[in-house]
Amino acid sequence: MKFLSYLINGISLGSVYAIIALGYTMVYGIAKMLNFAHGDVIMVGAYAAFACIMNASLPPYAAVLVAIVVCTVLGVLIETVAYRPLLSAASSLAVLITAIGVSYFLQNVVLLIFGANAKSFQSVVSLPNLKLADGALNISGVTIVTVISCILIMLALTAFISRTKTGQAMLAVSEDKGAAQLMGINVNGTIAVTFAIGSGLAAIAGVLLCSAYPSLSPYTGSMPGIKAFTAAVFGGIGSIPGAFLGGLLLGIIEILAKGYISTELSDAIVFSVLIIILLVKPTGLLGRKMQEKV
Amino acid sequence: MKKQKLRSNLITYGIVLAAYVIVQALIAADSLSSMMKGLLVPLCVYVVLAVSLNLVVGISGELSLGHAGFMCVGAFSGAFFSKCIQDVLTFSPLRLLIAMLIGAAVAAVFGILIGIPVLRLKGDYLAIVTLAFGEIIKNVMNIFYVGIDGAGFHFSTQDEFALNLAADGRMIISGPTGITQTPKDATFTAGIILVLITLFIVLNLIDSRDGRAIMSIRDNRIAAESIGINITKYKLMAFTISAALAGAAGALYAHNLSSLTAKKFDYNTSILALVFVVLGGIGNIRGSIIAAVLLTALPELLRGLSSYRMLIYSIVLIVMMLFNWAPKALEWRERNLGRFFKTSPNK
Repeated sequence: MKFLSYLINGISLGSVYAIIALGYTMVYGIAKMLNFAHGDVIMVGAYAAFACIMNASLPPYAAVLVAIVVCTVLGVLIETVAYRPLLSAASSLAVLITAIGVSYFLQNVVLLIFGANAKSFQSVVSLPNLKLADGALNISGVTIVTVISCILIMLALTAFISRTKTGQAMLAVSEDKGAAQLMGINVNGTIAVTFAIGSGLAAIAGVLLCSAYPSLSPYTGSMPGIKAFTAAVFGGIGSIPGAFLGGLLLGIIEILAKGYISTELSDAIVFSVLIIILLVKPTGLLGRKMQEKV
Repeated sequence: MKKQKLRSNLITYGIVLAAYVIVQALIAADSLSSMMKGLLVPLCVYVVLAVSLNLVVGISGELSLGHAGFMCVGAFSGAFFSKCIQDVLTFSPLRLLIAMLIGAAVAAVFGILIGIPVLRLKGDYLAIVTLAFGEIIKNVMNIFYVGIDGAGFHFSTQDEFALNLAADGRMIISGPTGITQTPKDATFTAGIILVLITLFIVLNLIDSRDGRAIMSIRDNRIAAESIGINITKYKLMAFTISAALAGAAGALYAHNLSSLTAKKFDYNTSILALVFVVLGGIGNIRGSIIAAVLLTALPELLRGLSSYRMLIYSIVLIVMMLFNWAPKALEWRERNLGRFFKTSPNK
């Protein structure tokens, strides 16, 4: 029973990682850049929802909507101002460092507005806990909502990419930017849409993360961001099912390691598993093997 | 060509020496605030860190995000040595020297151990694995307890009491609290000497046969392999030397702090080092030095602006990156400032 409850917690945390990792992986697939500021977009989303609930006393669903809008706009803004001029720079590291700058920027703006003290986030989920097996297994409402939203997002995203014109354009741009442009696809617009979707997802992830772990500070996003980045690589960066699988596995491993081995070492165990997987499968679980051309 | 390189290297050494003389003069004239004085050793540490990371990122062309891990290993092994020997060896420069050598050696061993499996990977996968190793090192150091008493060393990963120290025993490493009261042996002079040694090693390596082999792998791995260059050997060489230098920097850093904790060496430190390297110009050693000095001093210089300083720092970082790397900005610079700057890429 203990194992089962760990497993469920793991799936819940893993679902949050998966949602964040989806954002990472989409942006990577299309712009070939590691968006280090993604974790901080999550944090901004959580703060937006927090401000709506606490200061404007909006109902939770409206707060989530506001958070999504804020993050989507923010994502597009970051892309246009900070990343777009650098996407064709001589070194791909340039945009990575700029992303780090954006990450510091977001943290410090939030720090100035809301202060450094951790806020206690009020859960947006009012679903009662689900008690199974005579109360031996307690599944919280947040867990249920998190897992369901993750699955819905995953399905919607897959449908969006395979069914819509924009989705197909995204695939085309990630495959070959030059050829896509020749076919009349608006490459910059497509990249902006990708950032918008990724950042919108980050807002949802932020709200869900803080509903489950209610402490919110300007640095809340950085560790989940790194973990989700790990998850995206774990599943094979650039692959959407890979991000989903990587996120779930990472969450489960983390919670099981915390439960059975050691709380302090859980991160070390997660990263060790990642290293072992990558050494065996150097492009991640579901990553495509790139043939090297001479 | 050779002469030009030699002159360029001499200028780099000259800048460091000149900085040293100026700072010493300022100290003698008592016109340096205590805050700036406290910054001198960290400045040297970050310069060494940036130069050593540039060896991996710029010269060897591999993105490493775990450089702080090597610094952590070096810091802890160096401080461990100094804590053990504190009462026996009281001559502090020698103690610091041995501690830095130990830090470098231990970090080099870690560099080899991590490098052998990791360097098989490429690009972002390599980056994430080095990041993972850095985090693992930090986490493991965080639960490490070591004490010493008459019977020798005691190790534990539980807590202080699990060590069963005798009454005369004392703690050396105590988990999350780390190592406290390391002798404060680090001086600015020692730091500058370490910077000069680092520069000597790195600049000479770049100019040697080995260095050219390393750069040929960076520029075209397949071509390098086809003319018989041993890829693993040369990549590992760059990685290990870089790790050793970071370890020495870590040991220096540890001897400047009253309490050394593993938390200080998280991925933010690794990323900071990477920021120095990229901002200074990838593969440009002198650039790394300047970027490390500017970016370390900037938050302190902005201290008057209190809570806005990190915000300004981040904006400066973004703007500088755009100005230095965006193709459009480079074009604009070429057109308008071409007379003052040589903006053509150095490769």
